[in-house]
Amino acid sequence: MKIVVCIKQVPDTNEVKLDPVTGTLIRDGVPSIINPDDKAGLEAALTLKDSIGAEVAVITMGPPQADAVLREAMAMGADTAYLVTDRAFGGADTLATSTTLAAAIKKLDYDLIITGRQAIDGDTAQVGPQIAEHLNIPNVSYAEDIKVEGNSVIIKRQYEDRYHTVKVQMPCLITALGEMNQPRYMTPGGIFDAIREKQVTVWNRPDLDVADEAIGLKGSPTKVAQSFPKSVKAAGVKVTLDPEESADYIMERLKEKFII
Amino acid sequence: MSLQDFKGVFIFAQQVDCQVSGVSFELIGKGKELAAQLGTEVTAVILGSGITGLADDLAAYGADKVIVVDDPELKEYTTEPYAHAVYSVIEKYKPEVFLFGATAIGRDLAPRVSARAKTGLTADCTKLEVDAENNNLRMTRPAFGGNIMATIVCPDNRPQMATVRPGVMQKIKKIQGAKANVETFNPGFTKDSKYVEVLDIIKKISDKIDIMDAKILVSGGRGVGSKENFSILQDFADSMGATVSSSRASVDAGWTEKDQQVGQTGKTVRPNLYFAIGISGAIQHLAGMEESDLIIAINKDATAPIFDVADYGIVGDFSKIVPLLTEQMKSAKAAK
Repeated sequence: MKIVVCIKQVPDTNEVKLDPVTGTLIRDGVPSIINPDDKAGLEAALTLKDSIGAEVAVITMGPPQADAVLREAMAMGADTAYLVTDRAFGGADTLATSTTLAAAIKKLDYDLIITGRQAIDGDTAQVGPQIAEHLNIPNVSYAEDIKVEGNSVIIKRQYEDRYHTVKVQMPCLITALGEMNQPRYMTPGGIFDAIREKQVTVWNRPDLDVADEAIGLKGSPTKVAQSFPKSVKAAGVKVTLDPEESADYIMERLKEKFII
Repeated sequence: MSLQDFKGVFIFAQQVDCQVSGVSFELIGKGKELAAQLGTEVTAVILGSGITGLADDLAAYGADKVIVVDDPELKEYTTEPYAHAVYSVIEKYKPEVFLFGATAIGRDLAPRVSARAKTGLTADCTKLEVDAENNNLRMTRPAFGGNIMATIVCPDNRPQMATVRPGVMQKIKKIQGAKANVETFNPGFTKDSKYVEVLDIIKKISDKIDIMDAKILVSGGRGVGSKENFSILQDFADSMGATVSSSRASVDAGWTEKDQQVGQTGKTVRPNLYFAIGISGAIQHLAGMEESDLIIAINKDATAPIFDVADYGIVGDFSKIVPLLTEQMKSAKAAK
């Protein structure tokens, strides 16, 4: 069985701070990580590899330094890694990104493609289902559990108030939820191999069979018209009182506001 | 085909178990506003099996027209037949705007449809407006975990598609006795390898009020300290008919359930009153609650960012303050 896992290098948005004066993002010193949902997807693939045997390829589109997340994935146990990188792919929205990744995945053999549900920098949840559309295969999003049964995958698919147990034929694409599992750590031997022994295959623009109009800025129907820091609400009143006074203070405010 | 040939604001009216989801009415409310500015109508598109009776509900919340796709293949949500139906609607009716709820259904369906229609899709919008200059839709959404806002446009492709977070837009007041202008449509469904099989449906039983519907929320975070301590919050909530919600930290710690989570990866709430107790106020949390009418925060840490959005902030130990509040609330109720 062949599994392709799509991963993205993202800034750890939990570590992103706002400049209190300018209201802009401070990106310096913010660590880059494997997007958490993607990491859960990778763990799901590695679990299948351990239990029923599978070849696991990881693929990412990004700048050259995205090599780091591919090495990390190989240190966790992925067999092969592909970096799709070129200035021509830059400025892509989700449609252009999914078109590019689909073109790259077409060069690989796959039974199952796993992506994370969404990335913590963009939060769109679009690239997974869009890749499936370009490849003309079924997708099941929001997977909380997956099992392979013959030529099918059985998925526990999450909704707000329920789960569906869904059976889908391979080849197919699944988007994984972060809560699916606890990703394993890299092993010392794995780290050694990932850095010294294993190769990351780099694919540039000429390596992909895709139209110029479908990639990068040109292939992106959506444009960012404007971006701005979130408007900050004027701070309210802050008091430090003893517990009795605090309770009285809150009750008085609620009475003032006619809530009680 | 020119952009001018695309007309009308369409919304995807999500239904589950023949119940229209609340976000569908919110989308009609917003769609009506946009349609007025564009000089066009708002059309609700509803998919399912045995759902014709729901069309009047959509009219009651302002839909000028309702397109009903009623077919056994659409009984439970699965990606392919739904995507096929919505895409066929786009091909036939050519809307200029198509809005979806940013739900577990909408966030799967809309990307699949947008890729098929080769058009743009903006996720999780919190603001939609028409650019008076060129009639393009301006779609504003949070990015970087809510740290910045971005306004997105889709100038050269139609329809302009967006998903909108539940709880953000306002529905109109229900028009009693409204009758829908219904058009039935069926593109035909042919099973192929993209069709999946739903083997089983497990509903999460919850007798709790949805936190998105609550007027008062008592929300707890990491600072609450334990699952047991949440009973202090529950008692307080009970004393005034409020509902308990929480931050992601409490859900991750196993103290509260996922459906109680407020924030970027949880629910967006805008109650009349929001108590933030032991919640530091990570930007992802603030994104889900800062539109609340009145915010009262209690936290030991005077530097917690929650105090930046709170109308009233109390620096102190919740475990001492909240039980006193519960008592006062009970006696205030008893005095009435």
